[in-house]
Amino acid sequence: MNFNLKIWRQAEGSAAGKFVDYQAKEIPAEASFLEMLDIVNEGLIARNEEPVAFDSDCREGICGTCSLVINGVPHGPGKAKTTCQLYMRRFRDGDTIWVEPFRVLAFPIIKDLIVNRSALDQIVEAGGYISVRAGSAPEANGIAVSKRDADLSMEAAACIGCGACAAACPNSSAMLFTAAKISHLGLLPQGQVERSRRAVSMVRKMDELGFGNCSNQYECEAVCPAEISAGFIARLNRDYAGSAVKEAVLAE
Amino acid sequence: MATICDSKIPAGPLEKKWSKHQAESKLVSPANKRKFEILVVGSGLAGASAAATLGELGYHVKCFCYQDSPRRAHSIAAQGGINAAKNYQNDGDSVFRLFYDTIKGGDFRSREANVYRLAEISNLIIDQCAAQGVPFAREYSGLLANRSFGGAQVSRTFYARGQTGQQLLLGAYQALERQISLNAVKMFPRTEMLDLVLVDNHAKGIVVRDLVTGEISSHAGDAVILATGGYGNVFYLSTNARGCNVTATYRAFKRGALFANPCFTQIHPTCIPVSGSYQSKLTLMSESLRNDGRVWVPKRKGDNRPPREIPDSERDYYLERKYPSFGNLAPRDIASRSAKEVCDEGRGVGPGGLGVYLDFAESIGRLGEKTIRERYGNLFEMYHNITGEDAYQRPMRIYPAVHYTMGGLWVDYNLMSNIPGLHVLGEANFSDHGANRLGASALMQGLADGYFVIPYTLGNYLANQSGKKASVERPEFKAVEEQARQRVTKLLSIRGKRTVTSFHRELGLLVWENCGMARSAEGLQAALGEIPQLREEFWHNANVLGEGNDLNQSLEHAGRVADFLEFAELMCLDALDRNESCGGHFRVEHATEDGEALRNDDDYCHVSAWEYNGSGKQPTRHIEPLIFDNVKLAQRSYK
Repeated sequence: MNFNLKIWRQAEGSAAGKFVDYQAKEIPAEASFLEMLDIVNEGLIARNEEPVAFDSDCREGICGTCSLVINGVPHGPGKAKTTCQLYMRRFRDGDTIWVEPFRVLAFPIIKDLIVNRSALDQIVEAGGYISVRAGSAPEANGIAVSKRDADLSMEAAACIGCGACAAACPNSSAMLFTAAKISHLGLLPQGQVERSRRAVSMVRKMDELGFGNCSNQYECEAVCPAEISAGFIARLNRDYAGSAVKEAVLAE
Repeated sequence: MATICDSKIPAGPLEKKWSKHQAESKLVSPANKRKFEILVVGSGLAGASAAATLGELGYHVKCFCYQDSPRRAHSIAAQGGINAAKNYQNDGDSVFRLFYDTIKGGDFRSREANVYRLAEISNLIIDQCAAQGVPFAREYSGLLANRSFGGAQVSRTFYARGQTGQQLLLGAYQALERQISLNAVKMFPRTEMLDLVLVDNHAKGIVVRDLVTGEISSHAGDAVILATGGYGNVFYLSTNARGCNVTATYRAFKRGALFANPCFTQIHPTCIPVSGSYQSKLTLMSESLRNDGRVWVPKRKGDNRPPREIPDSERDYYLERKYPSFGNLAPRDIASRSAKEVCDEGRGVGPGGLGVYLDFAESIGRLGEKTIRERYGNLFEMYHNITGEDAYQRPMRIYPAVHYTMGGLWVDYNLMSNIPGLHVLGEANFSDHGANRLGASALMQGLADGYFVIPYTLGNYLANQSGKKASVERPEFKAVEEQARQRVTKLLSIRGKRTVTSFHRELGLLVWENCGMARSAEGLQAALGEIPQLREEFWHNANVLGEGNDLNQSLEHAGRVADFLEFAELMCLDALDRNESCGGHFRVEHATEDGEALRNDDDYCHVSAWEYNGSGKQPTRHIEPLIFDNVKLAQRSYK
């Protein structure tokens, strides 16, 4: 298969970027999107042109490293998959394909298609954990968790932290990412003690980092590779509102 | 051959060794912990759990990873589960049985004391992870669920859907982020370790490259912990992430750390077969599929009929035929080798005849498609996405692929290498899996090392290291930094005609052919002849573009491939030297009449630990004899 690529090139964060045309020739239909880019890069190196920089690691859809906007959609066409799990057979021979980095204020571009998503780590750092020191845990079966809660918690915990939710959101909101963590921990009995504090500090950190607010567009849910439900955002709002009120009352 | 390595295994009965050692290990007072700085390289299960736990204890920790976030380390991709000897199922499990299964599974090439400790600690890990909020699968009672996994005859595997590694890593990552918020740990993402720095023969620092700015700098510490994973990517194609590499451990080897059993590599039987030369990685299909899938190939060579048109009587369900009691659940090394055998006989299926069928038709008939969909729906979808085939309608095609490396840097019972101060955890060390790792044991070992072993044993080294931290201004640091800079300059100045990837792919094929599932003296000697030539060509004909002072992925890859090109030789040398078959190391010269691995306990019941002697010189082999006081060495039988 052959494709016309329009790829965003940008030497560094502070430089101006632009789309550059490349031809991808004789690409096997079984190749993944990233393998197609590998082939293009091999060709560029052979012509002594600097290859296109893009992030990827596990290439099996779980590490959350790959992060491309393909034809305007984070992770490209198709539901519930990362860029690395997109295969060229999904495109038509001769297609023109636009490739860009995730565009979010809080994810500054490092080079070409690579962005800095450490803001997501900072949100977790603000309280996305249960404070239990190694060695202090009680016997595991001493804490019963209903299967329903455990399964729902797992659905939220499946988030791979790629940031596509924020890239798809017109407000660049990281609400789905944050809601997934707050729900994962808040649904479990182990997570109750810190539940209020967690919601308040994670949401405030999110705001501080420059992510926008949620205005119920559901674009996040549509592109999420882990199929995290936007319903978890309601859970975040409930935890946050309750905690903020409690905090205000206590402050008086 | 040279000296015998001192493993420092505590005296006393097996079941008392660890508690006795804990009681006798040296403590570091809280006031002194604050004065020690620990460098942790790697943020997977072992690295993240170690960094977080040492931070909790009051040490100053710096943690480094090449990924953009510690949460992306390749532990995240482990699917199946984590073993523990909880015996929640009342099915006869015990610490001893988990210990015995792991020793036997490793084909009697691991240390009794380490493996017993691992089995003991396994239960604490489940407690810890459950308390952290890892959403393990539950029964309707609300209690933890278990499954049987990887050929075990008891149900001792805990799991979180097919994403157990992800959930355990996120647990460790969250503990790590908590320590970062408390300023106990400082995190350095997108930072790659290029070399180890020794001061007075102790590991006192590392040299790293900031992968964004290209800056090369030094970090000094009181101890160095490597948790940098395995070297499976020496084969180019493997189930490892693209970035996984041998650089940190190989650089430590070149600074004097012994590399143990590099030829012990694990080939996982159920991966999606290779489809073309453009391919960048192989994808694992969880071993749990073998619980309900039957493995077969046509009886007749070159039988090209579609699978459903081949009648049952003309199919060879070779695992069921050869191993009636374990059948399709035979251990990984045996299942992989059997697949290779039938493909070598010309009975393989799919492109190039490199595949075997994993057929769910019978299970679908017996249990209904709905049940199979509930159990494996996500895996069937993944298979469909990659191959375009529907496994509900036609059998999956699978083939073995490199998955895990049991070999690694040699460590003693304290997880310290022969270089004082250099500790090695998780897949990066050699210690617990012998010649073959059992399913659901890697997660167990990574977390055992990080949460529950190193926090106790590190004190034994640090107790008399007070005030010995070196400054990065010392000449030792400056010298290593300078060497690292020169190497980068050298890589960027080759400007040859071939891409780094083409070298990596050629090396991978070479070791896969000669040091993969079946190895022979002849093949290994051939590989040992060809690897230096390829390395030579690399340093004259590789094309690494760009500069050293910004983000340059070609340069990163080139540095890693340069190390693989040296390491591959060590791996083949060890495979040639180990003139027996055991576990994943199958020498065709040493097989039973039935084609099973034939160990030679008289001559090879030991760990081979290799010492670097300088460029172009043969490394020296040291041995650590393996002494079995509690189990009887037997030929592994899964018939």
